[in-house]
Amino acid sequence: MNRFDYVRPNTVAEAVQALGADPAARFIAGGTNLIDLMKYDVERPGRLVDITRLPLRDIEERDGGLRIGALVTNATVAYDSAVKERYPLLSSAILAGASAQLRNAASTGGNLLQRTRCYYFYDTATPCNKREPGTGCSAIGGVNRIHAILGASEHCIATHPSDMAVALAALEAVVQVSGPNGDRAIPIAEFHRLPGDDPAKDTNLAPGEIIVAVDLPAKSFTTNFTYLKLRDRLSYAFALVSVAAALELDGQTIRTARLALGGVAHKPWRNTEAEALLQGEPATRETFAAAADLILREAKPQSTNGFKIELARRAIVRGLEQAAAGTPQSQSDKRIQ
Amino acid sequence: MLIDSGSPGAAGTIGISLTINGERRNIQVAPWTTLLDLLRERLDLTGTKKGCDHGQCGACTVLVDGTRINSCLTLAVMKDGAEITTVEGLASLAAREGKNSLHPIQEAFVEHDAFQCGYCTPGQLCSSVGLMNEGHAHSRDEIREAMSGNICRCGAYTNIVDAIEDVMQQGGAR
Repeated sequence: MNRFDYVRPNTVAEAVQALGADPAARFIAGGTNLIDLMKYDVERPGRLVDITRLPLRDIEERDGGLRIGALVTNATVAYDSAVKERYPLLSSAILAGASAQLRNAASTGGNLLQRTRCYYFYDTATPCNKREPGTGCSAIGGVNRIHAILGASEHCIATHPSDMAVALAALEAVVQVSGPNGDRAIPIAEFHRLPGDDPAKDTNLAPGEIIVAVDLPAKSFTTNFTYLKLRDRLSYAFALVSVAAALELDGQTIRTARLALGGVAHKPWRNTEAEALLQGEPATRETFAAAADLILREAKPQSTNGFKIELARRAIVRGLEQAAAGTPQSQSDKRIQ
Repeated sequence: MLIDSGSPGAAGTIGISLTINGERRNIQVAPWTTLLDLLRERLDLTGTKKGCDHGQCGACTVLVDGTRINSCLTLAVMKDGAEITTVEGLASLAAREGKNSLHPIQEAFVEHDAFQCGYCTPGQLCSSVGLMNEGHAHSRDEIREAMSGNICRCGAYTNIVDAIEDVMQQGGAR
């Protein structure tokens, strides 16, 4: 780990000021991703601004929804009684991710800001456009079993590993940020970005901005939802494909559909066209398959991850079936019903 | 491996206060020192193990204010003011409640043969206590899931779950 300066502000304004315009400075909260990257010399911050003392640890009622402070830990959100009752999809997604120790440390803001990444990003001996722009992508034509099938570019095919963010995408959460130019709200769909020709940038946060809260809208899905995560081992592994599905049903007719995928792209993947296709249709396997086909129409395999397209197709159908039946995936009993 | 955790009073070190296994300590530490390295290299509390050093194995699990975390993925300076419990302190946690012996989870690990080589055991023990403090795991499936951050390459998992279930059925442990 490199040497760095360390400061510990007490207010958001002080934190923003402490970060300043220094591109080598980083905020640190849970540290579970940043410290890991620092140990590999992937991140070499000149200054760490420890934000753990900022007053951002509350979960509050707001506009019929909830406002989750940026420093609330992933575990606290997942087990919060209001979240469990009103946003069980979010609770389930968080519990599908990482380990208990990591969820106890990781913050809400930090979960969103963990790097979109792959093993080459971690390996400083290999080229990586995300780590060192312009050096090339080792994953394209390399080992790319876990990589993106949607929205990738010729410069980067890494995926965003957050489960929480996939649920937030389906719930249409809003990220509240503060920065040198004031406060602003960023819809979750616009928070993360696709790699394009600048994969070094994972998000649309402006330099110096800090996440202060994540807002959950009033509309929650408490009956017909699921978070289905498929991975190489049953716990503590990134998704090969995950599906956050939420429905509102009128009898057997779909009134509203939300669908977001994890493990398939540089950001949580939401396709509103597919959601519109589901709307007004009967909640049947055929309808779900049509939505899956639409989403995966533009899927593009790499050399060794073609299986993910069929896996995603089946996961979408199964996820929507679980949601329609009101039988969400258990995150402890791993059998997929 | 030489760990540069900052000589006391050296330039760039920061003064912090930690309560470790019930004992309050004022420590000068370099900001890049992880909690794990501080415990092992400076304070000679070598019960907490360094396995992967990347939060993947759980051997470094300790309790910070009663909550289990990976001590390898936290900087010691960030925990200024916190109460840390390591495997060396589990028995004294039990002693605080008037029991003059091992912590119940330690006794249960012995009783159920919940280890072979023992390297992961301090992390498994602290993680088990953290799990019981959390109070979210009830079934065997839930215990297994909640312990997935602790790897045991000897494969003692079945007996580890037995040990935790046993202590939970006795009413848990703090």
